[in-house]
Amino acid sequence: MSSETKQILTTDGIPLEVSLKKAEKKNKIKAFLLVAPLLLFLFITYVFPIGEMFTRSVDDRMVTNMLPKTFKAMEKWDGKELPPEEVFVGFYSDFKVLVENQTQGKLGQRLNKEKNGFNSITKKLMRQIKRNKIDESQSIKEQIMKVHKRWRDVEYWQAIKRTAPPYTMAKYLKGMDMYFAADGSIAQVDEDRRIHRILWLRTLEIALFVTIFCFLMGYPIAHLLATLPMKYSNLLMICVLLPFWTSLLVRTASWMILLQQQGIVNDFFVLIGLVADNNRPEMMYNKVGTYVAMTQILLPFMVLPLYSVMKTISPSLMRAGKSLGGTPFVAFWKVYFPLTIPGIGAGCLLVFILAIGYYITPALVGGASGTLISNQIAYHMKSTLDWSFASAMGLMLLSGVLVIYWIYNKLVGVDNIKLG
Amino acid sequence: MALPSYTETRYRIWHYFYIAICTFVFFFLIAPLFVIFPLSFNAEEFLVFSEGMKRLDPDAFSFRWYHEMVYGTKNPWGLAAKNSFIIAIFATIGSIILGTLAALGLSSRHMPYKGLIMAVLISPMIVPLIISGVAIFFFMAKVGLAATHTGIVLAHIILGTPFVVITVTATLSGFDHSVTRAASSLGSNPVNTFMKITLPLILPGVISGGLFAFVTSFDEVVVVLFLAGLENTTIPVQMWTGLREQLSPTILAVATCLIILSTLILVTAELLRRRSERLRGINR
Repeated sequence: MSSETKQILTTDGIPLEVSLKKAEKKNKIKAFLLVAPLLLFLFITYVFPIGEMFTRSVDDRMVTNMLPKTFKAMEKWDGKELPPEEVFVGFYSDFKVLVENQTQGKLGQRLNKEKNGFNSITKKLMRQIKRNKIDESQSIKEQIMKVHKRWRDVEYWQAIKRTAPPYTMAKYLKGMDMYFAADGSIAQVDEDRRIHRILWLRTLEIALFVTIFCFLMGYPIAHLLATLPMKYSNLLMICVLLPFWTSLLVRTASWMILLQQQGIVNDFFVLIGLVADNNRPEMMYNKVGTYVAMTQILLPFMVLPLYSVMKTISPSLMRAGKSLGGTPFVAFWKVYFPLTIPGIGAGCLLVFILAIGYYITPALVGGASGTLISNQIAYHMKSTLDWSFASAMGLMLLSGVLVIYWIYNKLVGVDNIKLG
Repeated sequence: MALPSYTETRYRIWHYFYIAICTFVFFFLIAPLFVIFPLSFNAEEFLVFSEGMKRLDPDAFSFRWYHEMVYGTKNPWGLAAKNSFIIAIFATIGSIILGTLAALGLSSRHMPYKGLIMAVLISPMIVPLIISGVAIFFFMAKVGLAATHTGIVLAHIILGTPFVVITVTATLSGFDHSVTRAASSLGSNPVNTFMKITLPLILPGVISGGLFAFVTSFDEVVVVLFLAGLENTTIPVQMWTGLREQLSPTILAVATCLIILSTLILVTAELLRRRSERLRGINR
């Protein structure tokens, strides 16, 4: 039956279905071509470089490339007793090349990180090779072992073997205060040296509390802005928008002036007799400064989404709740509050995402006890130049942020972000 | 917010409490900005109100730091301001062009993988700046654009486009596509239709997105700190070094100028938003 149905044809004799599909495809390509320039630009300059951070963070090819013959010979070695003659021969020929290129120092430093004491014994071996003290016609193993007693220690050879894989997760472990122990298992850093875990926890804590403070302060004023008549609310909206548009550094600077020991906030505390004049509390360069400044700076990001949701709630709903016998509190809690939950979700997630990666404000007002993980990343980028560690920590932070971003996208949708 | 006369006392108390909280929060938001203003006219070199200022003694106030900002010897603000404006203007132009095109594509109902692509395009706004800074620095160093204006402009285009994409997409969401079809049916070619019909209608969104991009670039310090050499210093970088090292009132003079600038931008953005809503027929 269906085969007998005449196909609908367009005027040029092509079946309508085919023609429509063609048009649809053309439109798709057209739309995609408009997005393509930005997408391509972002992929080249942004998305791929972030991916490159990952290769940089796990890259450990230096030793792998320096000692190819050693690792080839080590494949057969079980790693329990001293390696056989071939391993020593391989190591000797690799090391001789390094000495000729004068790059053996790098190897010594890198191996020294794996096990203490490598730096001096590689130097010693280097001197022996330079003086042609090693006779290649005799057993290399015996001669190397004579250079220093550590070359007779199997643990040093095990350490070399551990550096064989071209990729390592060591930087990620370091970011969580862990490391690979001698036997290859994962061990914890001594308790008094666990700095990173404290930083992660502090970052989470500060981001969480800043979000809570922003919510507690933002909800009432968003409600006021949404319920006041237009001409008043427009004026008050400026109080929210002006800080939003003002430079971050200007706002941080004003907090530095306000919170300093001779600053206005302390003057005020002295005036009302809360503290003695000679005992002014330190409110900057610690957590207090970070909390206060970050809350004020991120508050607009809480108020704006809340406001846009509250604006859509009809006031008659509250009136209905009250007329049905609810007290104002009950009407608020049972009717109004549940309707604002989308706004609360959007605002809290946005503030939390922004707070967790904050850098400038904590660096200026945070001091030692108020700095966050971002500051540590910047420190390793600029001061210690351990870029692979900075990349590893950056990606650990990023993965956390992306999880929240994903939740945000599911709950709110990125295209619903409201600006101003 | 007058209360009806039948309100019970406890709700009356609660209401005044609520007003008090709101007043406090508004004060908390806006007051810090006004501290800078009087202190920038301080005649002395300290960042606290001097005794003379508290007595409103005219001698305690001066334009000294504004003079220092403009004419001071070896002062970096002139170069920084020039760089900031050049970088921000080019970054804004780049963001507007790329962002508007992308928003037009994203608003088409034929666009495949809309959600995913949108998430990628917005990501520079969400990813912590320090991570963006590290990634962009690696890229610029590799292609030899570190410590150049071009490198910083490109970095700021990355950070600015999400704002343009968001605002223009929002403007296009209320856009009546039958007007462009009408133009086409009357014989206009696509480019002409865009210039004469679409662009004038979405212009408020484009400009307000551009303002966001401008402010983002003008205020951005984290990425510039990674990328900039001495020649590429910008106002935020100078403020950052100033706040970390020698805290001089010149910074407050600069900050006052920045607050005035942001007030102007805020007024423009608000006017544009209202115009856009009027054009799209949204009455609030």
